[in-house]
Amino acid sequence: MTEVAAAPAAEVTVAHGAGTAQLPPWRLVLRRPTFIVGATILLFWVVCAVFGHLIAPQDPLAQQLLATNQAPSGAHWFGTDQLGRDVFSRVIVGSRDILIISLLATILGTVLGTALGLIMGYLRGVADMLTGRAVEAVLALPLLVVVLLFVVAVGPSPLTIIVVIGFVFTPLIARTVRSAVLVESQLDYLASARLLGESSARIMFVEILPNVMPAVLVEFTVRLGYAIFTVAGLSFLGYGVQPPTPDWGADIAANYGVLPAGYWWMTLFPALAIASLVIAINLVTDSIEQVLSS
Amino acid sequence: MGTYILKRLGLALVTLWLLSIIVFFACQVLPGDPGRAILGPLAAQSAVHALDQQLGVNRPLLEQYWTWVTGLLHGDLGTSTQFRSPVEPFIRAALINSIKLAALAFIIVVPLGILGGVIAALHVGRTTDRVISVTGLSLTTVPEFVSGIVVAVIFGVTLKWFPVSAAAGDGASVPSQLDHLILPVIPLVFVLFGYIARMTRAGTIEALDSDYARTATLKGLKRSVVIRRHVLRNSLLPTITVIATQVGYLIGGLVVVETLFNYQGIGNLIFKAAQAKDFPMLAAGVLTIGLVYMVATLTADVLYTVLNPRLRLGGNE
Repeated sequence: MTEVAAAPAAEVTVAHGAGTAQLPPWRLVLRRPTFIVGATILLFWVVCAVFGHLIAPQDPLAQQLLATNQAPSGAHWFGTDQLGRDVFSRVIVGSRDILIISLLATILGTVLGTALGLIMGYLRGVADMLTGRAVEAVLALPLLVVVLLFVVAVGPSPLTIIVVIGFVFTPLIARTVRSAVLVESQLDYLASARLLGESSARIMFVEILPNVMPAVLVEFTVRLGYAIFTVAGLSFLGYGVQPPTPDWGADIAANYGVLPAGYWWMTLFPALAIASLVIAINLVTDSIEQVLSS
Repeated sequence: MGTYILKRLGLALVTLWLLSIIVFFACQVLPGDPGRAILGPLAAQSAVHALDQQLGVNRPLLEQYWTWVTGLLHGDLGTSTQFRSPVEPFIRAALINSIKLAALAFIIVVPLGILGGVIAALHVGRTTDRVISVTGLSLTTVPEFVSGIVVAVIFGVTLKWFPVSAAAGDGASVPSQLDHLILPVIPLVFVLFGYIARMTRAGTIEALDSDYARTATLKGLKRSVVIRRHVLRNSLLPTITVIATQVGYLIGGLVVVETLFNYQGIGNLIFKAAQAKDFPMLAAGVLTIGLVYMVATLTADVLYTVLNPRLRLGGNE
């Protein structure tokens, strides 16, 4: 019985795009409830990241030493931490650094990875082979461990984190773009472009690139989720955003020691903030993927 | 099949070599002056020189790399700068602890993930499927220290069912060790569940859709028999590969979970080595993780080949 199973797998990719309704893909995405929920949460945190200091009811750095360790109340919605700082304000303002670092790192990785993927897929050869090996080596280590290694060696700074995450993402994104390019390069429009005498660079970046953009977009959102995951973990370990700057991971690290004493609000609210952000990004990613693959 | 496995083994060795270069670069080249990094900015220059001399870091890079790699191949993982003793016993003890934690996580999550994926696939498109898929996705993407804290607050602090610290103490009995491992295992299970369920779901849907499943149904077999004998046998193959690649993610999570629950595993060891700027320990720990991952993926590849008759009978890519 089992021998028969192999054949249909190849046809799945061929059918891609043929059955989609008349609506453009972005309209289909907007109709999905998971996308709306995810995008709303994401938008909320982006607004917090940009206007955090205006939204926060109190100065996130102001220590009220007479009001430390207070449980959530009308005056302090999420309570106060061990230094008497308003946890609600710190959660609001804490969205900024993690979003900026993750976003820049993912953009860096996506730009480099897309360029590399185009070159690998279209020109093949040595670059293709080398990057294949690099992907294997990168995959052999968890992202958090790689970033930790380099941040310890060079010293913690947002720039280091951005560059290391970006570089680690590059071969991973390149691999995805490469396989999308391989599908494209069998199509007729590329043969005609070549016959018209277009240069390789023009074919790669003007002809192929727009057609592999859906794959790039999906990869970007997936990687953004990983980046946030990693930056949060890094801050928790003390190698990301440095105190006293409000940051979810760092605030959790600073306060989880008093968890057994019952001061749960100092860790729980930043934890929920991280969870909501990562889940939101994954809801968005999932809906884009579903629409593009249906 | 033999040549295929040999080829995979060769590629794994090349990757391991690349990995050793990356780790060497990060631990020996980037820190600039390891003596200064260890002793801090206030130490006397002569002390820094003496330490550099002792560590051998003022020799040419290629020579340093050669000494380090040949040492590794002879089982000499270097000397810890924080404990001033060989790294190897620390790595060994930590690895054993981590394997206990990881093994417990896998024992729980593999049946759970497969069950979740199969149930979702059998109800594809309906509410059960959406609930399992979205829950799995959410659990997978939430960082381990976040779910770890939520779990610790609920079961450790509020309900007091399990101890918040994972360290059971030396010579603790097996039940006591297990009791201490329950809380740290939960975040790991959460992170792994989504991936395994997702792959099982995709594999099962494909198999349910296949001609042989339809034939089996049409010839009058009961649905449970079709699922057990025809669908699952094919759909679980890709799941094996996924489980092996998850070892890598699992170890990344270990760094955080072991630190959170103060468990003396390889992740905690790496974190403490990083804090102490103990580069030989850090390098050895990171390479160990890479090696474990390579062995896991290689095993998965071999297992996949052995279990898949199409590949076993000489079909090569």
